[in-house]
Amino acid sequence: MIRERYLDNAELDRRIVLAAQSGLPLDARPYHWIAAELGVKPETLMERMRQMLQDGRIRRIGVVPNHYRLGYTANGMAVWDVPDEDVTDIGKQVGAMDIVSHCYRRPRHLPDWPYNLFAMVHGHSQEEVRGKVKRINDLLGDKVRRHDLLFSTRILKKTGLRLAGG
Amino acid sequence: MDSLDRRIINELQGGFPVSERPFLDAAQRIGTSESELITRLRCMLDNGLLTRFGPLFHAEQMGGALSLCAMKVPTQRFDEVAATVNAFPQVAHNYQREHEMNMWFVLATETVAELGATVQAIETATGLPVFNLPKQDEYFVGLHFQV
Repeated sequence: MIRERYLDNAELDRRIVLAAQSGLPLDARPYHWIAAELGVKPETLMERMRQMLQDGRIRRIGVVPNHYRLGYTANGMAVWDVPDEDVTDIGKQVGAMDIVSHCYRRPRHLPDWPYNLFAMVHGHSQEEVRGKVKRINDLLGDKVRRHDLLFSTRILKKTGLRLAGG
Repeated sequence: MDSLDRRIINELQGGFPVSERPFLDAAQRIGTSESELITRLRCMLDNGLLTRFGPLFHAEQMGGALSLCAMKVPTQRFDEVAATVNAFPQVAHNYQREHEMNMWFVLATETVAELGATVQAIETATGLPVFNLPKQDEYFVGLHFQV
């Protein structure tokens, strides 16, 4: 019989992140496996996971494809300078387009960096990405004061997000 | 990659269940068996088609901090500065981009204070300014690759 270790929810959630951040075990009962590792009941662990999904601490559970291996080799960061009073409306419109994977408002750093709206657009070629970004520009029309598209030329590091252990 | 691999990639970029036999539940949705789904996932992780399988945590909701940072690195110093920046464990990804702002990296830290301290430490270590561009609003995050 498993005697459940006493942990408050915050500490338990932290341990769940540490145990699961590199991936779920490929075992028929992966949550039971993690629960055993943490010394808690499987039901407790699954209840905490569902809670984290519900409150947004877990964005989603699933596969993360290597987009380069899937042929999405062109990765463009599209940036715009749009009026601050319009950025929320414009951001929602751009974010709703299915060609955009991430869309954020970020601060300008004048005079070096005048752009306040960012969107990531992926494609099989730079030409495909340029075509997609043109569709966004057509939508934004004269709200755009300046625009640029930055292609990545090299991945210098990619380790993903990690909580330190301990 | 065959049609089952494609279905797995297309259907399982989210929504993997939290249940006693989640692979069984997901396999029924995709139209395969529990053991076949596990085998395919292991194979696609081993051959690099998938970078990971599991929960994606939201750093800020977990109390941590995340920011996109950019630097203008002189061409002749690029590799040396990349090595210095990459040596910081808080740097999660780093990309070279075609622009005067040619180095773009994501910092992920356990606290907001650590994020600011890391930006300063990178400026000190490289002697170059770091443009910190934390998100002020998020309109969409839903990377989905169709294959």
